[in-house]
Amino acid sequence: MAKKSLEPFLWTLFSAGGVLAALLIPIHLFLFGLAVPLGWAHPSYEHLLSLLRHPATQGYFFVLCTLALFHSAHRFRYTLYDGLQIKHLNEVINVLCYGGAIVGSVWTVYLLWRIP
Amino acid sequence: MNQTPIYTEFHPRWYRRRTSTYWWLRRPSYLAFILRELSSLFVAWFVIFTLVQIQALSQGAEGYQRFQDWSKQPVVLIVNLIALFFVVFHAITWFKLAPQAMVIRLHGKRVPAAWIAGSNYVVWALASALVAWIILGG
Repeated sequence: MAKKSLEPFLWTLFSAGGVLAALLIPIHLFLFGLAVPLGWAHPSYEHLLSLLRHPATQGYFFVLCTLALFHSAHRFRYTLYDGLQIKHLNEVINVLCYGGAIVGSVWTVYLLWRIP
Repeated sequence: MNQTPIYTEFHPRWYRRRTSTYWWLRRPSYLAFILRELSSLFVAWFVIFTLVQIQALSQGAEGYQRFQDWSKQPVVLIVNLIALFFVVFHAITWFKLAPQAMVIRLHGKRVPAAWIAGSNYVVWALASALVAWIILGG
């Protein structure tokens, strides 16, 4: 279970992730979730791969993905806490939320590390 | 009825009226709150979608083609459309709260909330344009 002293740190991650999620996720989702599949835009495979090979892009995705995951974990934890009134499951919820964010961050590092 | 009472940290000794599990359906503002909170699920979906895309890009042109075919499926398109609605809702509510979190003073006077919220929207537009330009321009 997260101790009281960890709370400010987790809130900082939540807050930083919230800013990045607000500024950057809508355009990413619009482009790759709608515009490209619906044929409104055609970025080539070679162009996207060369972008992804750039260390700046990899740093960008590392920061965006990990902070977005910790933002999401923190907020979802409180959604369960407020919305469903299942306080007796606090410890399980903490482990699942922050554990999920940690697993996702490790996955992000692994995927960025093995880009050809 | 002979059991030893179990003490928890949640003040069991006080009488508390139990709130309905569906309290958030009672008022539009409660519903907006819970919708805003649920945006966290779609932020997580975005990360998973992006990681799958990065993996596909690493697997060569054929792997990326498979990802593109998958992302054209109606189910995936609808999930992404719903996710876009939720992340935009997150962004708007986040920028709306920003003036309350940041108190900026100029010449001893508090900068109006509308200016702070407005500058957030300008930064949002610039960031979106920059990302779109990098991804599409080339």
